[in-house]
Amino acid sequence: MIYDWLIAPFAEFEFMRRALAGVLALALGAGPIGVFLMLRRMSLVGDAMAHAILPGAAIGFLLSGLNLFAMAGGGLIAGFVVALTAGLIARSTELKEDASLAAFFLISLAVGVTIISMAGTNIDLLHVLFGTVLALDNETLLLIAVNSTVTLVGLALIYRPLVLECVDPGFLRSVSRAGGPAHIAFMALVVLNLVSGFHALGTLLAVGIMMLPAVAARFWARDITAMVFIAAGIGTTSGFAGLLLSYHTGAPSGPAVILVAGAIYAGSVLFGRVGGLVWNLFPGRHLEA
Amino acid sequence: MLARFAIAALAVFASFGVAAAQDGGKVKVVASFSIIADVVRHVGGERVAVTSLVAPNADAHVFSPAPADARIVGEADLIVVNGLGFEGWLDRLVKASGSKAPVVIATRGIKAIKTEEDHGHGHKHGHGHQHGHKHGHKKSSKHDHDHGPSDPHAWQSVRNVMVYATNVRDALIAADPDGKDAYEANARAYLGDLEALDREVRDAIAKIPEDARRVVTNHDAFAYFAAEYGLQFMAVHGLASEAQASAKDVARIIAQVRKHKIRAVFLENISDERQVRRIAKETGARIGGTLYSDALTGRDGPAPTYIDMIRHNLRTLQSALMS
Repeated sequence: MIYDWLIAPFAEFEFMRRALAGVLALALGAGPIGVFLMLRRMSLVGDAMAHAILPGAAIGFLLSGLNLFAMAGGGLIAGFVVALTAGLIARSTELKEDASLAAFFLISLAVGVTIISMAGTNIDLLHVLFGTVLALDNETLLLIAVNSTVTLVGLALIYRPLVLECVDPGFLRSVSRAGGPAHIAFMALVVLNLVSGFHALGTLLAVGIMMLPAVAARFWARDITAMVFIAAGIGTTSGFAGLLLSYHTGAPSGPAVILVAGAIYAGSVLFGRVGGLVWNLFPGRHLEA
Repeated sequence: MLARFAIAALAVFASFGVAAAQDGGKVKVVASFSIIADVVRHVGGERVAVTSLVAPNADAHVFSPAPADARIVGEADLIVVNGLGFEGWLDRLVKASGSKAPVVIATRGIKAIKTEEDHGHGHKHGHGHQHGHKHGHKKSSKHDHDHGPSDPHAWQSVRNVMVYATNVRDALIAADPDGKDAYEANARAYLGDLEALDREVRDAIAKIPEDARRVVTNHDAFAYFAAEYGLQFMAVHGLASEAQASAKDVARIIAQVRKHKIRAVFLENISDERQVRRIAKETGARIGGTLYSDALTGRDGPAPTYIDMIRHNLRTLQSALMS
């Protein structure tokens, strides 16, 4: 019974195994990234960056069809350009980073939409918008795996300056000049993860698997390291449960994954050990237990 | 001179919707997408200038009109659409363009295949339920904005396109009575060609062994072909090409392919092929080629006209299912 529900779909169908591998790899990389975005008060930046990536990917698609490398390359270039210029402007002018990002992603989006319309085709671009987690081929899986590996290694390298900048940017600036480069490297990792998420789940849902586990993890730990692990755990759990939900109920697979993550978030808001509503309302009773 | 012009202009305004405001002697017809445009071109011949709103190789399900399209519609003498809810964007476009041209629904009088659910995720297995339900579409262009309860892909049956041709002929005669003889002659010739095509399809399908008449496609566009000619189609996506597949759908199709030992899966010209390729890899079925469902190709492609499209699909099916 339990085997039928939890294991059989993956044992029987290769596309389910591939989908699982893709979603798990994605969640491992994206969860930690989401934690840092949240701590830096950049939770919505993921959404903006996803829009900035989209036109690049669409241009790649128009130039060479459904070519993974053209689309991923276009997305990466567009994302890097927006993240870099926004970061540079934020650091050299009065404008805050989110404000300059807002400006740049809107420009990027407008450029993309214009190019698509001028090219005059409207092949089903919705499939570009919403990735196909059920049709991951070898190249896409490899891309996701490489991206996640690079993300985790990269995060390990810039972990100290990144954490310091989250907690006390003034102190970091007084002892080291690593803040700026670390931030830019971090934004590059954000872009990288969105690009791989875009191939597995689609742009909008890529942001979901990045942010929802992270904000849910906030209710379970105060320590950043713990939060990172919990976020990765929630992400992988949602991936697994979401695919099963899609398999058993017929819900579209990408949204199913994000809905499970959303349900975990809702549960965390209510019952989370750190600042969850129930614990805030009835502290005494829970302390007794 | 001026007076004469004014009178001529008055005459044109007075007879809007009936007589054609002719430009360069040609009736300006706007067709919603490439297949309708092809039928109009054949029936209208020299007397009409046809524009297709959705370009060849593009997907009418996700079409979004540009201002230039509104101008084209605004200048049209006659608008021909498929109907059955296929062109959900058309009402707003016609309204926005201020066009007063009559909107002709090409599927009028066709037995529509009912779908079991809106945007069905490919639950239909080709033989579709054929209720004898006449679709008495009113002359107004008010129809469902999305795929309603009827499957709009009626042109996949050649018999239905013969109805399209008759509807287009009558509409052209109403819009341009002077051309009556020409339209009738063109329509007669075209109907003859379609009749021959219909026979050709029946003969070819009859040669395919019965247990091999099962195919998998990307979106559910071939129910009419299936019902008319006795093939079974299974689709990954529902009627609308933009609907997202669920793991359940994909698993069901893979199980079906394995169970019935289906030999070939087919791609379509307008949509994403990754899902179908994945299914082929997983089941060992071959990629049978590309079927043209909702759009013709450009002049240089394998399906520049409707008749070419059906022939191409037929040859593709034959070579994949007979080998």
